[in-house]
Amino acid sequence: MHSKPTNIATNDLVDFALFLADSSLIMGHRLSEWTGHGPMIEQDIAITNIALDLIGQARNFYQYASELINNQDDKKITEDDLAYLRDASEYKNLLITELPNADWAKTIGKVFFFSAWQFYFYQKLIYSSDKQLSAIAEKSLKEVTYHVKWASDWVIRLGDGTEESKKRMESAVEDLWPYTGEMFVAANFEESPKNSVSIDVSNIKNDWLEKVKLVFRDATLFLPNKTWMQSGGKNGVHTEHLGYILAEMQFLQRAYPGLEW
Amino acid sequence: MNHSKQNITGTFSDEEEEIWNLLSSVNDPEIPVLSVLDLGIVRDVKINDKRVEVIITPTYSGCPAMDFIGMNIRRALIKNGFEEIKITHQLSPAWTTDWMTEEGKDKLKAYGIAPPVGKTFDKKYLQNLQVECPHCHSINTKVISEFGSTACKALYKCEDCGEPFDYFKCH
Repeated sequence: MHSKPTNIATNDLVDFALFLADSSLIMGHRLSEWTGHGPMIEQDIAITNIALDLIGQARNFYQYASELINNQDDKKITEDDLAYLRDASEYKNLLITELPNADWAKTIGKVFFFSAWQFYFYQKLIYSSDKQLSAIAEKSLKEVTYHVKWASDWVIRLGDGTEESKKRMESAVEDLWPYTGEMFVAANFEESPKNSVSIDVSNIKNDWLEKVKLVFRDATLFLPNKTWMQSGGKNGVHTEHLGYILAEMQFLQRAYPGLEW
Repeated sequence: MNHSKQNITGTFSDEEEEIWNLLSSVNDPEIPVLSVLDLGIVRDVKINDKRVEVIITPTYSGCPAMDFIGMNIRRALIKNGFEEIKITHQLSPAWTTDWMTEEGKDKLKAYGIAPPVGKTFDKKYLQNLQVECPHCHSINTKVISEFGSTACKALYKCEDCGEPFDYFKCH
């Protein structure tokens, strides 16, 4: 177990909200690196729109987490404190979100695996006993539906494309596959018996896999062989890449605390 | 007191009437031909003594126009003598283009943006749609990208008149 931040009291619900917030924020931040660098202007705009949706979703979860912390501890934590002042070991995002974008195929692979996971996850989270999580899920699902569609089209386009695009898509799938496992393994904060707000993640694995198979069939791609799965993101154990993202993203707030536009 | 515009029963107070009228003059900063009422983002107006609460629902989670819209509503009300104003963001039920008024859809089209086709409960909106070109009204159009100049729009092209255009996505 990682050490809890000393200045923020946590409980399972806060951790769960932070896990969802962090995953969306880091994914969104990574995708925003494509701004001005997309392979063509329409796709540049598409991927930055997806990044914007994700950062908006993260904001909703952070606002809720800060509200919970403040109610419990009579503190005045803001959404910005949670995004900009926590260190890598306190971040609970899925590892796949922090991996470098590399080439277009790898980026597409990340968006596809992650959005498809979000798609089924939010469909279940809508029925959470927690009203606010349910509301955020309901809202986010509409956006994610378009993300999955867009990413699926691209997986097919690259997989069933030229020799070069196929090669790249295959290698992206190969590289990313070990990072899909932790999506379906519950962390402690998701499993707590007191916690009826989260969902049973093992339940959505099958739906997710069926979706992947369906798209791969059209993309003439094969599922990778069973392999060892990476894990740790939900518990704050990250790849070396997260620190660099945070360094860039948090620099301003750390150098000039409380600075606003 | 709690009346929403959807169930006008003729018992609207003058003050409520005035507020709804004022709201119809507050426009979306990105699509200035649409008012916040055309967009369907105002869920309710509550008046309690001098206190006015306007409940709005965000279109897209990351839409940067939302804070701006809240500010513009506040400004319009202050300009007309209201002092205690609260803007509340409500996430659920999630905003849908089904709430856009017919008048709003006509305004969009006249502005050069194709209005949403279909309703969200009918999942056909995710298939390939027949989107009418707002310029020449041909339905011989094709999608260029599912994402356009703002989160709410997709980019289309008309195969007949050759013009690219924005399509306000069914959401």
